[in-house]
Amino acid sequence: MAFAHETVLILSCLALFALTLVHVRPGTARAAALGLSALAVVTALWGVGAQGELFFGAYRVDAFSQGVKLLLAVGFFLAVAFGEGVRGIEAEHEPEYFLFLAVSVLGLTFLASGVELLTIYIALELSSYSLYILVPLRRHEHIHQVEAGIKYVLFGAMASGVSLFGMSYVFGLAHTTRVDDLLRLYPELVSSPLGLMGLTLMLGGFFYKLALFPFHFWTPDIYQGAANETSGVIATLPKVGAVAVLIRLTGLGAESAGFATVLTLLAVLSMTYGNLAALVQEDLKRLLAYSSISHAGFMVAGILAGTVRGYAGALYYVAGYLIMNLALFHVIYALAPRGQNITLADLRGLYRRSPILALTLAVAAFGLAGIPPTVGFAGKFFVLAAALEKGHLALVIIGALNTAISIYYYLKMVKAAYSPEEEGGEAPAGRVALSPLGWALGCAFVVSILVIGALPGPVLGWFQRALSWAA
Amino acid sequence: MTPAFAVETNVGYPLLSVLVFLPLAGALVALMLKGDRTLKAWAFAVTVVEAALSVPLWTRFDPSTHRFQFLEMADWIPTFHIRYALGVDGISLLLVLLTTFVLPLCVLSSWRYIERRVKEFVVSLLIMETAMIGVFAALDLVLFYVFWEAMLVPMYLLIAVWGGPRKVYASIKFFLYTLAGSVLLLVAVIALYLKAGTFLIPELMDQGYSFAFQFWVFLAFALAFAIKVPMFPFHTWLPAAHVEAPTAGSVILASVLLKMGTYGFLRFCLPITPAAVAYLAPVFLWGSVVSILYGGFVALGQTDMKKLIAYSSVGHMGFVTLGIFLVNQRGIEGSILQMINHGITTGALFICVGILYERTHSRLIRDNSAVGAFMPVYVAFLGLFSLSSLAFPGTNSFVGELLVLVGAFQQNKLLAAFVIPGALLAATYMLRMLQKIIWDRVSGHHHGHDEGHGGEHEAGEAHRRRLFDLDLREAGMLAFLSVFVFWIGLNPKPFLKVMDRSIAHVITQAQAVEGLPEGGMTGLMNTLFPALGHSGGEENAAPEHE
Repeated sequence: MAFAHETVLILSCLALFALTLVHVRPGTARAAALGLSALAVVTALWGVGAQGELFFGAYRVDAFSQGVKLLLAVGFFLAVAFGEGVRGIEAEHEPEYFLFLAVSVLGLTFLASGVELLTIYIALELSSYSLYILVPLRRHEHIHQVEAGIKYVLFGAMASGVSLFGMSYVFGLAHTTRVDDLLRLYPELVSSPLGLMGLTLMLGGFFYKLALFPFHFWTPDIYQGAANETSGVIATLPKVGAVAVLIRLTGLGAESAGFATVLTLLAVLSMTYGNLAALVQEDLKRLLAYSSISHAGFMVAGILAGTVRGYAGALYYVAGYLIMNLALFHVIYALAPRGQNITLADLRGLYRRSPILALTLAVAAFGLAGIPPTVGFAGKFFVLAAALEKGHLALVIIGALNTAISIYYYLKMVKAAYSPEEEGGEAPAGRVALSPLGWALGCAFVVSILVIGALPGPVLGWFQRALSWAA
Repeated sequence: MTPAFAVETNVGYPLLSVLVFLPLAGALVALMLKGDRTLKAWAFAVTVVEAALSVPLWTRFDPSTHRFQFLEMADWIPTFHIRYALGVDGISLLLVLLTTFVLPLCVLSSWRYIERRVKEFVVSLLIMETAMIGVFAALDLVLFYVFWEAMLVPMYLLIAVWGGPRKVYASIKFFLYTLAGSVLLLVAVIALYLKAGTFLIPELMDQGYSFAFQFWVFLAFALAFAIKVPMFPFHTWLPAAHVEAPTAGSVILASVLLKMGTYGFLRFCLPITPAAVAYLAPVFLWGSVVSILYGGFVALGQTDMKKLIAYSSVGHMGFVTLGIFLVNQRGIEGSILQMINHGITTGALFICVGILYERTHSRLIRDNSAVGAFMPVYVAFLGLFSLSSLAFPGTNSFVGELLVLVGAFQQNKLLAAFVIPGALLAATYMLRMLQKIIWDRVSGHHHGHDEGHGGEHEAGEAHRRRLFDLDLREAGMLAFLSVFVFWIGLNPKPFLKVMDRSIAHVITQAQAVEGLPEGGMTGLMNTLFPALGHSGGEENAAPEHE
């Protein structure tokens, strides 16, 4: 039963597809999705120790892929759970929303197990196409979704093209598409300019998913244009998948100084550019978009170390990022009953309107800024330590300085939530309506950000054992 | 393999863990309590119990050794060999005690002042206590760093939520400055680990790192600590934070937070990077002198009492850093004692200002002149702590400053000569404030605000009614602190005795200096960047490759 998780996900997609065919009352699809995603978490947990191969070794279930799948399933469940009915989307599209969400998760799940280039590519496209549809699914009273949808498709198609083009070079040089063989053959080939370019272009498609500079251009507009719940998904789940693939594939360039330089440069530019641009944002989702560009840089910093510690650090980082970002999107979602975008000004006085949401926001913001004892700090520590171990001193110093830059815009969020009297203007009045599940989710976010951050040992150790193949 | 949890304490239980986590547990309980009075009483109870529990640190401490005592050790993040390790020696012992004893006063001083969001206030304060004790007790660099940074959040909230009119500006400035200073500290911490393979502070000492490595690590550490102290060019966050913070925040800042910088210099820089300290000590010695003089002169021009005390802190902490970088027994003894003294005296002064502010709603000296006629007990305490602040013989600061000065004269007479005017300045600005507040003509705010001559009598009456003297709570706080003023002032022996061995050990460690670059700036550059070196630098650079 190594593939129980995938089977359950496929059946879930089919069930949700069936729901789109019939007329259902609003809320039914969401309840179904909630149940199915909870089931997915269970099967992912159950499948943690599984081993197995499919399709002549093109699809492999190992400890690493199962860890990633568990992260994806948890993210999927949380993304469904904080949608108390979809708010930013027409009610009649609700079943479709959950269908495509599930298909996207399915694609990412395949991505985690892909050990052959074409399998990886197909999984990537499966997850992308469903997201292309999700982005413009937003109620018509909001204006940006069409622009966002078109941009996402265009950029995404281009990134996929670049990726495919790179794969053709890689295949041309190594005469194989199997990752195992590539890991054996490619380190010698990558020293040639063609080999380096092929590898870099191939990874471009995943840099796009990760929103790494210079593949980041879509990010702010898509975050802003898509419905709040969709942005929450796009901000988190694809990054987990991208990190998984990058961990599988960066070993290809392990021997190449040129490849390390490329990654270092991208990581540095990404962290710095994302942080600087985030400083001036007013729209909360745009702000998070730029902050995610910066976090992509940190994830790559762990990956480019090329060691088990670095990979485990990057995985830990993306796991923490998933929780913290979903926590923030939970707040955004709860603050926007009509699915509108939230600005920093809308956060004013949040403390009075909903203490638990304000606390969730503060803990997640300090976590993303990397203040201990949160997952954000532990993650930053692990990736920077791994990068420094490999002698990337400049990268580590720039990363550390970026922490100091980023605190400013995270503090702006906390400040707005906790000091209502400031800078004139009426604080939006009234308590925020929050269901018991929403309240419990807020508490769960706060506790997990702090506890996994203060005691990162078990999680990190588990990732490290799962990555033993990379040693 | 280290065992899961090793306790080697002078008492039968993990005392330091209890001290670190009791306030945190108290904070969690406070989350469930209701009612402002209950919350304040709970916080007071927790901090008092904490102070009582910390007494065995003092009674069971063995002053005959420099070793860390009350040791606790457990694996925390095995992947990176990060351990949960706590312990105190003669340097940190008094600072832990200072923290546990000042915190109950912080709660008391907020009894009337804090009326909004009491629950959050109590929780922040208690979490703050956990982090502060953690900083002083941590023996693992990562653990230290976690506590060091974690402190920023509750302190930020203390200023940002309960602060004065410019609290947003002050709190963000505080956060940005201190965080910016300490991010490079993290890089240095990781670099040390990669070099020595451990994060345990005692194991990182005496490693004989190359000069270039020590130099960079020292700079990263020193930046973080110099901002925290704060030393002269890095001090600008302090007056803003002090002025805007509520009384409890100011007391925590002055009494405990500033000590973390100087503690860092002593704990890390001297034993881990002795060569860099030896090489750069003149910079820090003269920097300290500048801090003393600058703080004094700027304090002289202040009209706001809190600002005046804040700038006087810059001067007083200058004495502390001066003593540390002298690297001799007297100097370091004096500086540790001075850390404690400054914690007591400046904390008390901030409480005094807070008491007056609660009555007159102004911190300006002008608005508070001549309160002596109405509040005799208050001005008696104010006078006492002001005298202590200017190092009057018989008070605690006198002993500390004298020791530092003796150390300075032993080392460098010119340097010491420059410090003397600093001491005089302290006398000038403190006495000036004291004179205005106690004896000056009643010209304060009722003139300023009422303008009219007819209302003068009634205004005077209102003034008199508002200016009731200290109540039991306020008098108790100040009386408690004044005990220490005299105790340390008249009988400093027991305090010096606990730190004696540890200081001697630190000095031995700090003297393990070799491979200093010669030949001024060129020599330094050749050592730091051997790749750029020309023929002359080769032999200097050679020993650096390890």
